[in-house]
Amino acid sequence: MTERERYEAVVVGAGPGGAAAAAVLARNDVETLVLERGVEAGSKNVSGGLLYAEESAPYAIDDLFPGFREAATERPVTDYYLHNLAGDRVETFDITDLHEHDTEWSDAVLRRKMDSWLAERVHELTRETGGGLLTGVRVNGLLREGGEIVGVTCDELDPIEADLVVAADGVNSELARDAGLMDWEEPEEWFQGVKAVVDMPEGAIDDRFGLDGDEGEAHLFSGDLFEGVRGGGFLYTNEDTLSIGTVFHLDSLVAEEAEPHELLDALLTHPLLARWLDDGYEEFEYAAKLVPDSKKVAHPSPHEARLVLVGDAAGQMQAQGPIIKGMNHAVTAGALAAEAFSEARSRNDPDAAGDLYERKLRDEGVMKKLRPPRYRAVRALAEHDPVTDALDAVLESPVGRFGVRALGDRLETLYGSPFLSMMVPDTRTPYVTLPTVIAEELGERIGGENDVDPPDLADRIGDLTYDVDVGNPHIEVDDDSFAASGDAVTACPVSARDFGGGCYREETVRTNGDERTVVSLDTQPCVECGTCAVVADTDWEHPRGGKGVEFRQG
Amino acid sequence: MNMVVLTKGVPDFREGQVSFDEDGHLERGETPTVMNPNDEHALEAALQTKVRQGGTVSVMSMGPPGYGDVLREAMESVYADDLYLLSDREMAAADTWATAITIATALEEMEPSPDLVFAGFKTADGETGHAGPQTCWAYGMPIVTHVVSLEIDPDEERLRAKRLVEGDIEEIETVETSLPAFVVADPEFEPSYRRAEHRLRHRDLREETRERAADHEEHMTVWDHADLNLDPDYIGLDGSPTVVSSVDPIPKAPAEREATMVDPERDEEMRQVFEEMAPLAGGE
Repeated sequence: MTERERYEAVVVGAGPGGAAAAAVLARNDVETLVLERGVEAGSKNVSGGLLYAEESAPYAIDDLFPGFREAATERPVTDYYLHNLAGDRVETFDITDLHEHDTEWSDAVLRRKMDSWLAERVHELTRETGGGLLTGVRVNGLLREGGEIVGVTCDELDPIEADLVVAADGVNSELARDAGLMDWEEPEEWFQGVKAVVDMPEGAIDDRFGLDGDEGEAHLFSGDLFEGVRGGGFLYTNEDTLSIGTVFHLDSLVAEEAEPHELLDALLTHPLLARWLDDGYEEFEYAAKLVPDSKKVAHPSPHEARLVLVGDAAGQMQAQGPIIKGMNHAVTAGALAAEAFSEARSRNDPDAAGDLYERKLRDEGVMKKLRPPRYRAVRALAEHDPVTDALDAVLESPVGRFGVRALGDRLETLYGSPFLSMMVPDTRTPYVTLPTVIAEELGERIGGENDVDPPDLADRIGDLTYDVDVGNPHIEVDDDSFAASGDAVTACPVSARDFGGGCYREETVRTNGDERTVVSLDTQPCVECGTCAVVADTDWEHPRGGKGVEFRQG
Repeated sequence: MNMVVLTKGVPDFREGQVSFDEDGHLERGETPTVMNPNDEHALEAALQTKVRQGGTVSVMSMGPPGYGDVLREAMESVYADDLYLLSDREMAAADTWATAITIATALEEMEPSPDLVFAGFKTADGETGHAGPQTCWAYGMPIVTHVVSLEIDPDEERLRAKRLVEGDIEEIETVETSLPAFVVADPEFEPSYRRAEHRLRHRDLREETRERAADHEEHMTVWDHADLNLDPDYIGLDGSPTVVSSVDPIPKAPAEREATMVDPERDEEMRQVFEEMAPLAGGE
């Protein structure tokens, strides 16, 4: 038996959080091994697509990786709009000021391109420490000795010991769950996003949006187009493609039994989109992602012994009103965790890294952004059904409508307030009722037909690249009764009612004269978003290294 | 650890690449030459040893000057350090005996002398599987064939291999021998990299080799019979005791099954397929 391998630090996941952690560790001469399960960094990663560098943050990604914006991002966001929609009435607010609050820069990104570029730099940096970056390796759990965390276990490698384990393994972090720090219990703690990366003819983005090559736009959409499901849509301009997607509260998706891909289609085929899209609509990629709601799940103490959680793994994804920031917080958290370890190590007390990391998250103001105290106050008051009903009734009444008309242009200013955006409650009022009333009262009718014909789900799945781990499904349904797991049929972004080509299907089983409705699962089309881990009763794992879906855009 | 991998250029027998004339004879000029597919497993075994134990890998082949491309391909897949091409009209048209004499002499000529020699399990053209064992006999070292996994103990100068008995995956034996030794990798050979350091080293080697393979001729040594001090009477056609009296193309096997084309869009035809298959599903 050869000796067990050992590194000072093992970073699990090569997204922005893991990359930042690894870069700072390497610069502090910490021997660092980075393990990424995708065939290439970025192949398992999806985000809506805006990456921020905040003025108030201690780290920005381009400081850690010189040349980052030139090489790895798409267009900067130079204008930001919020569209309130009701039928074909639209009232558009310019929220560029809100967007620019505390923003040094903000670029649209596609994750395959971005993360694979980062991974090359990370490998160069960490290789000099005696470590390096490996792809196609899935870390499947924590290595424990006498109950203590001493490293990680992998599918493809023998167990590895480390003084520091950075879990940057994303929203469905298996390490965070192994440590008991995160779970998949409550749908109201999560959002689910789906996104289409849309091919655009050469020059079309500049022409149709009225942009110069180095400018870009972001658009948000809310109102009555999503069947009352709480959430909204977005559109970001990339170099030659568009990222168009929708994000909804998972509990609301489940309650309304909505099909995520249909809600995306509702946005794509809305008359407003006709100014940018035509009948030549073509999708490069359909993707989905579970998004933690940091207000509820950002772990206040994201560490356990030698394990620290960064980014989505720790629930560090800020979504408040129109402000959606995740990757920048992951970068800051990764860098702070690395900083904490180097300091603790130089004091010969590496085990103190976790506590120090927690303190840094607090002292640098990260936790305050992720879990704003003001939201907590609003939530206590506003997130109750009777309050929501009353508020909605008032808004929709002549009195409320008069108020909206009276406020008129001042509404745009109010929407642009960073102070107010911290307090937006997670109810249908801000997502559905208010934007609908605003559009009805203040909006203008938009003419024109939308000729977009989005691909159906079967085509979207057919266009994705998979390396199926035949005979070794990574998800198993523990309770296949419809009561326990039926929500997955609609909520899973690659499943739908009356669709046989998806992951989850409703089936009727007759045995001995009994008839039972059950849920059956085929993991082949899985996009590894983790939705079913929350809404169904499953035993959920990631596929082995290099297996499963491979995103080309992300 | 000094390793040599023996490889051969063979006609690319894959569909779409290979050409036969009307009589069923291979059209050598029309068919591209590629590295013998079985040699890939030998390369993998050598690479695994290089990654785990360090050392150098040389790739050796005997053939016309055009084999340089085959050697470059081999260099890329095994991250080889240098290449040896035994190329000379006197060596041409050799049978396995004459080939073995030539290669064994070249192996003896190498400085430093090899600790491990790897070869694949038979070539795609001759399919004799003789050249490896004959080379080994001519050189005089132990041989382990049908190897599916390999461990080297460099300190003890020993190797331990798992090998298929009778070429059957159901029956595996473990054998040990001293170095230098000759290893024939089976198509079932699976390289195993269970340590991160090995995979990182693998990655380093890949990057180093990419540069080397770009101008592989810089790293290639060409030897003719004079360089190896070989008597032309004992190599090539003259040194080959095998006599090929004639070559008969293998007749096409008569089809025993009848194919019926069905249109999946037509329900009636699909129903027929279903009715044909239904009894099979029942285990009949």
